[in-house]
Amino acid sequence: MMADTGSEEVAVIGNTDLTPGEIENNMKNTMGEKGTLLFRKMEINVAEAEKRTVKNAVNMQETYTVYLIETRPADAASEGTNPAPDSLWRRYSEFEILRNFLLVTYPHLVVPPLPEKRAEFVWHKLSADNMDPDFVERRRVGLENFLLRVASHPILSTDHVFFTFLTEEDGWKEMVFETGFQAKADSRLKALNATFRVKNPDKRFAEMKHYSDELQSVISQLLRVRARVADRLYGVYKVHGNYGRVFSEWSAIEKEMGDGLQSAGHHMDAYAASVDDILEEEEHYADQLKEYLFYTEALRAVCRKHELMQFELEMAAQDLSTKKQQQEELATGTVRTFSLKGMTSKLFGQETPEQREAKMKALEGQIQEDEDALKDKNTECDDFVRGAWLDIERFKDQKNHDLKEALISYAIMQISMCKKGIQVWTNAKECFNKM
Amino acid sequence: MSGNVADSAISPTSPTQTIPADLSGQMLELDEDDDLEVFSKDTTNTDGGSFNASMQTSPGSMINQYKFDEEDEEQEPGAKDIFITVDDPESHVTTIETFITYRVLTKTTRGEFDSSEYEVRRRYQDFLWLRGRLEEAHPTLIVHPLPEKFVMKGMVERFNDDFIETRRRALHRFLDRVADHPILSCNEDFRVFLSAQAWELTSHKKQGPGFLTRMGETVRAVAASVRGVKNRPEEFNSIQEYVEAFSQKMTSLDRITQRITKEEKEYLEELKEYAPTYTLWSGSEEELAEPLKGMANSLDRCYQETEEQGRQLSDCLAPALHEYVLCSETLKAVLRRRDNIQAELEAKNEALATKRADRDAEPRERGVVWQSLLGKNPEEARQLKQQRLAGEIDELKEEIDKMEDRVEWANNALKGDWGRWQRSMRSDLKEAFLSTAQKNVDYYEKCLAVWESFLLSMRAEVSEVDQRAGDS
Repeated sequence: MMADTGSEEVAVIGNTDLTPGEIENNMKNTMGEKGTLLFRKMEINVAEAEKRTVKNAVNMQETYTVYLIETRPADAASEGTNPAPDSLWRRYSEFEILRNFLLVTYPHLVVPPLPEKRAEFVWHKLSADNMDPDFVERRRVGLENFLLRVASHPILSTDHVFFTFLTEEDGWKEMVFETGFQAKADSRLKALNATFRVKNPDKRFAEMKHYSDELQSVISQLLRVRARVADRLYGVYKVHGNYGRVFSEWSAIEKEMGDGLQSAGHHMDAYAASVDDILEEEEHYADQLKEYLFYTEALRAVCRKHELMQFELEMAAQDLSTKKQQQEELATGTVRTFSLKGMTSKLFGQETPEQREAKMKALEGQIQEDEDALKDKNTECDDFVRGAWLDIERFKDQKNHDLKEALISYAIMQISMCKKGIQVWTNAKECFNKM
Repeated sequence: MSGNVADSAISPTSPTQTIPADLSGQMLELDEDDDLEVFSKDTTNTDGGSFNASMQTSPGSMINQYKFDEEDEEQEPGAKDIFITVDDPESHVTTIETFITYRVLTKTTRGEFDSSEYEVRRRYQDFLWLRGRLEEAHPTLIVHPLPEKFVMKGMVERFNDDFIETRRRALHRFLDRVADHPILSCNEDFRVFLSAQAWELTSHKKQGPGFLTRMGETVRAVAASVRGVKNRPEEFNSIQEYVEAFSQKMTSLDRITQRITKEEKEYLEELKEYAPTYTLWSGSEEELAEPLKGMANSLDRCYQETEEQGRQLSDCLAPALHEYVLCSETLKAVLRRRDNIQAELEAKNEALATKRADRDAEPRERGVVWQSLLGKNPEEARQLKQQRLAGEIDELKEEIDKMEDRVEWANNALKGDWGRWQRSMRSDLKEAFLSTAQKNVDYYEKCLAVWESFLLSMRAEVSEVDQRAGDS
């Protein structure tokens, strides 16, 4: 299944069976099967959402939503004791802080995305308002999904900040900020957006970056088309409701046809109403796609981070080789490279042997330092590559599995929609027969 | 029978039928009436002569011939003796105009036709002419409407294929309805329309009531409609009410159906993008490539099914509903014409009453003085006047007799046809709705099959992957 280089102690196999991104109900069922550490130990729920209104720093009223996170030891359910879960409230911005921390702390990992901050790709009937109860509900589900994803990640699940996020309501924010991650977060952001050129780009990462761009583009397009299709489908179904009204009015003036028309009209109303459920179910599918749309950003970030590391490595190696050349020049007295020192010495005369001796010693020291640093950097880079590629493979398998499941659930949805349609029109047919 | 203008004397040989109060589909009970003359189909006469002869086939007896049963609206297949098809639209270009002709093919065993098969070419104008003649001959029978002359909304080209096809079907339906009608199908103009060659038809068209007679009719009709009818029988009031409401409902349904077609077209526009996007995606994937292609394929097939379902709506339901919108207009016109005929009678009755009053009145001073001024003996003048009035009164009475017959005739015709019309309306619309519902069921069943097969392939693939996972 996965390219398991097995250097970490973490059991990575079995992750691909995890399906936290699926149909909502499935999530609770698949828990506890094969999982890793935290996921196995703990049941995690985002049970509720609540609106809070407070006066903020400038004494203005601020309304926001908080989410209740419930945790419970996983074996409690199987033991049948069912103790009350521990719980705490978190708002969306705290989730963001958690995620930023993870991004900075584990740059080689594909960190699961949060549900969208603002509703995008909406079809017109859906509200784009963040306070809309449907949006809040879908966000609740998305946040739970996020936590489950992190909890089932072999490495992320072991993170202490994550653990305290789930268990300690007060003081968590302060604790996280104390780690100083914010500064790293800022520089990370800068680096991600910087432009630089790598001389020998790693083919695999370059391809992966290209893939993540393609995936982002195609899923965006898909979500756009889906929203428009949903809009139109809504229109088609709803206009049929007019048949219901007119049939009912018409039945009033008919004697023979009256009954048939009247009951057919009811079925037309039912048909028109059925589209609401259909499109609501489709939102789940859209949410599954959205998760992977946001995942592409995380994937891309890993590739970019690697690019940056590579670049820095190249710069460091370049630097070192320049210094080594300088060393050689000093030793042999030839000036092959242009340097201000060289020019000045040419113009103003050679330096004394003592001066040269001192210089060479200093350079020797620097070179030694640089060589060590480069070695460390190389190791760091190798570790990064190894860790990143492992996680990318894990992610790929997860993605393939999840998206297949998503396609399956889409097909199931379509089947249910078709069955409803068959039923309604068969009923209508019977009514027409009675006309 | 020639379609003579209905001003001539009417003498139906059958007395008034017992008309049941509930008109919505009750058959006229005719069997018990011994006075009825039952005419077999062969004696529908071929001479274009007296109006009398044509009116022998009263609606009552005609309907009796064809024995309408409430259960089966159509005659038994064996009883149908005329089959008409309309096809093969052809474009004709002349220096003045371009027009389309349709081939009208008739197969019949009816006696009044010389041959058993006819093939002629007719254009829309010819159909208009025929319908006009039928309405003139039978102002209170319900003649099926023709498709509209122009299509105002949407820039539909007059020679657009869809338009021609829709029109062709409607023209066919029109002829079928006339052929099915017990009275209209015996109309001479109808026979000529089906059988005459182009030049024959042209010359036949030139016959018939002259311009002046037609003008007279129109003037009278206008006068009558201005007068309005005073004592409309209750049954016609309820028909009128029904027609008003029915017309509204049909117009609504027509509009709704057109709106659905429009929405579906827009839906299809967006749906078109769906499959290609999945195909595009499959290009970036390895393991997901097949499932995504399967998805694209399924969406594509659903798209095609949706297209076809939309066609059913616009080819079948929409024209049917639209036809009944036009029928409503026909019904309104028929009711108006009936009203006018009654109004004419009422006017004549009023005139008679006035003349009688005049006759019975005391001689007026002024009139006598006037006569004496003209040098006439007052007594003589009065006698002359009485004579004149008597004559006029007799004339009027005769006219009123004829008019009463005419009104009775018109009312019976309408009543008879009303039941018939309702039955065929029910049958037509029931069929249109039934086939639409069926088409929708078929559509969803086909899409269901598409998705079930996709699901099957996906599940097979997933279990395959799981198997491989288990083995590794």
